[in-house]
Amino acid sequence: MTVINAQNVNLVFQTADGPVQALKDVNLSVNKGDFVSFIGPSGCGKTTLLRSIAALEHPTSGTLTVNGMTPDEARMKRAYGYVFQAAGLYPWRTIAGNIALPLEIMGFSKPEIAERTEKVLDLVELSGFGRKFPWQLSGGMQQRASIARALAFDADILLMDEPFGALDEIVRDRLNEELLKLWARTGKTIAFVTHSIPEAVYLSTKIVVMSPRPGRITDVIDSTLPRERPLDIRDSAEFIAIAHRVREGLRAGHVDV
Amino acid sequence: MSRILPILTVVLAIILIWYAAAIRMNTPWEIDQAARAGVEPPSGMARVMATWSQDRPVLPAPHQVALELYKSTLGLKITSPKSLIYHGWITISATLVGFAIGTGLGVLLAVGIVHNRAMDASVMPWAIASQTIPILAIAPMIIVVMNALGVQGLIPKAIISAFLSFFPVLVGMVKGLRSPDTAQFDLMKTYNASASKVFWALRLPSSVPYLFASLKVGIAASLVGAIVGELPTGAVAGLGARLLSGSYYGQTVQIWAALMAAAIVAAGLVAIVGALERATLHRMGYREAVR
Repeated sequence: MTVINAQNVNLVFQTADGPVQALKDVNLSVNKGDFVSFIGPSGCGKTTLLRSIAALEHPTSGTLTVNGMTPDEARMKRAYGYVFQAAGLYPWRTIAGNIALPLEIMGFSKPEIAERTEKVLDLVELSGFGRKFPWQLSGGMQQRASIARALAFDADILLMDEPFGALDEIVRDRLNEELLKLWARTGKTIAFVTHSIPEAVYLSTKIVVMSPRPGRITDVIDSTLPRERPLDIRDSAEFIAIAHRVREGLRAGHVDV
Repeated sequence: MSRILPILTVVLAIILIWYAAAIRMNTPWEIDQAARAGVEPPSGMARVMATWSQDRPVLPAPHQVALELYKSTLGLKITSPKSLIYHGWITISATLVGFAIGTGLGVLLAVGIVHNRAMDASVMPWAIASQTIPILAIAPMIIVVMNALGVQGLIPKAIISAFLSFFPVLVGMVKGLRSPDTAQFDLMKTYNASASKVFWALRLPSSVPYLFASLKVGIAASLVGAIVGELPTGAVAGLGARLLSGSYYGQTVQIWAALMAAAIVAAGLVAIVGALERATLHRMGYREAVR
């Protein structure tokens, strides 16, 4: 079942220096339960594409649907949770309070808020940290809390914009592993923006390689890796072959500008 | 201790300069008096002591001011018309009412500016223009107009006080309500949050540190407004009235004591706001209270 579908999507930003084509003729279809990564250098439109899916940007032409609706309709139906690069937790709210924020806004009852908060804290392995304030947590833990916040209202789609980009590699590896487990347990559709090749290959069932000027898709790779992925799968020949193809795709995009 | 020492050093330096200045400025009167009496003016230590103990000195010495301050606060019944506590309270009550009005007005205007494009374009220039008018020019008019409307006493002074204090609150709150970054507003958008939800859950809590910074400026401005409001009316009560009557009768010691009292009140009010700030930010979970 197709969850996200893009057909000939174009997006042009009007800037002081004239129009900038952020997305050009993007065609893409993401199925339910997919883990899709958008990878490419800065300016390739990967974040713009993710933001368009979230209805935070609006394509200038083409059709983009989320759950068969326009992105705006999907946003109003709260179809997705969004994780930003910065955890962006409110410093004046506890971790539990931060996770409760979307639930309060969406009008959940008090007991249900408490129950859901507990559940997602457990899901991201932060049980017992609900009463802490954000500054009392490490960067990795803050980002896990922000993932919990995006999961709290049980949207089917999780959109993640370089969520681990600011973290060191050791923490990032652990969070990648945890994210895969979480994905397996919840069966959500995840769209993930990154500029790390190993991260994209390790996490994804589908890798979308993008190029800048104008932002476009140069390759879509359906991963042949099994769904169950220990960290050392990254040393396997299959993994290296996929990473190689991603690198080729990125290089190709640079040459034919 | 490390904080007290520098402060004490500065205070000591000020007092020394003050005593020296008192000798210099009060000497001509001593010489003049001696000439009128046809005697030699006192010299040396006797002259110094004389300049420090005149009844109506050009510049009263610190101990004279301190003594007057003591006599007119702890040395008198609070109900006495000479008690600075009585006059201080009159001024403080006008200050607090004006501060409340000014803060409320500033916050309301800021909320309007942030949410309404027309207000954003129109209110700020007027607010800035209002602050370019000298308060001494506008205070008598407010008093006169209010008096014509039959309103006297505390309210006109409070209005002048509010006129001065709404501005820092307005500027600080506009900045504070706009302080969340784009990602935080985007996050609210992904929740499909209404403008009022964004206000209560994001904008308002974000603005609290800015609000308190403004309130500290605002409360001091309120006090200035209340004192200025007491000057043109020939008011019989309040610190402003004490300043005025002191200058009518050449009671320089009384003027300085009232000035000191005003400074103490201002420091106290700012300290109270500062304490509220620390308590609030601590309760809200901010790690470091904004100084």
